[in-house]
Amino acid sequence: MAIKRIGSQTVKFQNPPSIISTYTIVGPKEGEGPLKDYFDMILEDDMWGQESFEKSEAKIQEEAIKAAISNGKLTNQDMDYLLAGDLLNQIVSSTYSARSLSIPYYGLFGACSTMTESLSLGAMLIDGGFADNLVCATSSHFSSAERQFRFPLEYGNQRKFSAQWTVTGSGATVLSANGNGPYITYATTGKIIDMGVKEADNMGAAMAPAAIDTLLTHFKDTGYSPKDYDLIVSGDLGKVGKAIVLELMKKEGYDLTDIYTDCGVEVFDIQQDTHAGGSGCGCAAVVLNGYIYKEMMKGKFSRVLVMATGALHSPTMNQQGESIPGIAHAITIDVNKD
Amino acid sequence: MENMNKKDYQKYAEKKIPKPTYLKNIILAFLVGGAICTVGQMVRAWLTKNGLDEKSVASGTAIIMVFIGSFLTGLGVYDKIGKVGGAGAAVPITGFANAIVSPAMEFKTEGLIFGVAAKLFTIAGPVLVYGVGSSIVVGILHLLFTRGR
Repeated sequence: MAIKRIGSQTVKFQNPPSIISTYTIVGPKEGEGPLKDYFDMILEDDMWGQESFEKSEAKIQEEAIKAAISNGKLTNQDMDYLLAGDLLNQIVSSTYSARSLSIPYYGLFGACSTMTESLSLGAMLIDGGFADNLVCATSSHFSSAERQFRFPLEYGNQRKFSAQWTVTGSGATVLSANGNGPYITYATTGKIIDMGVKEADNMGAAMAPAAIDTLLTHFKDTGYSPKDYDLIVSGDLGKVGKAIVLELMKKEGYDLTDIYTDCGVEVFDIQQDTHAGGSGCGCAAVVLNGYIYKEMMKGKFSRVLVMATGALHSPTMNQQGESIPGIAHAITIDVNKD
Repeated sequence: MENMNKKDYQKYAEKKIPKPTYLKNIILAFLVGGAICTVGQMVRAWLTKNGLDEKSVASGTAIIMVFIGSFLTGLGVYDKIGKVGGAGAAVPITGFANAIVSPAMEFKTEGLIFGVAAKLFTIAGPVLVYGVGSSIVVGILHLLFTRGR
């Protein structure tokens, strides 16, 4: 019997796992953004001494994981699992980062939703009694994403206003069965929602319906309403997706105006010329493990709904005429256990 | 979300996208494209002054402009010109050089064969295929209707 399951898509943890430590590393552009003071490490050079962007991204993720573990006063041997993912084909950044870490590893792909996907699964592993400590991580890199999904860096094209800017960075979270919070109390797993948006430079609109579906389901399953939260944050819907969520949620009877924002909107300043805002697995990862976690520790927020959003976009399927499926996974992070 | 069908949503989402600044883009494309062509004209005049015949002047100008486009791509400047100039930077031959040199630089990490050589024409390839292809079609039409006269 699935006794921890409530409603159609949510689990309520009986012994909520605690976030015991985090670490974030970002690139130079993110390090000039409005959240710069919340990041643990800002790189001066996004190559970080590596020969390629992919190798650099793997190093960024590896170092974030190592630092998060040592921040929690633990070692790699204490970690029962590593749950990690990224945007690149065969999730290479995660594989090559995991190569030297020697932690039992599950590689995940949920595009930009991977941070809360990994935390949902991690929390289930701990509450299920399968692990005492584990680490969840994701990364993305502007330049490795550009060359895989778009154009060479030096190609002189113009980006649309709805286009987003992939965040260079990685965030890692250590979860533990023993800790003093903040705790992960609920996880709502999203379904794939595809409303037929085909434009790869309008990911916000492609993902927004999935975000709305997960939000509505979360409120229905848990009985929470927006006023039970101090902050509701989506992963990387950007300005276009955020506007859609606010408007359509209002139509559904939920006014989120004062408590809802999006990591992609927050991570860059309007002067940084990123158009609709940040995106990528690293976007939700650095905002969650940087800004949100640190502000929760300071007491600014006591209950936050974090919902990383993924546009499960494949250039191949897109060129074959297919639309972009969206997904969103939500987790409740609470300074109290219940 | 259930009460909204896909078509309605797409129409609705379309309206949420900020409109491109068409007039500004057109003016900038005109200025940037015009500036590149003015440089081309200066090169042409300089080659003519130095006594090259008409055919050599045409090839010489193309060679020099391609070099300038490639060089500025290598310096990391041409993508900035392209960002401002749009089609004004893409259409002249310097833009063609940019479309070839930028993937060559980007994919050198995968080696000279599977990287540089294989990816060289990822952007310019379709332009070449349909450019050369349409010139063959026009050539055949010319032959058919004028019988080679």
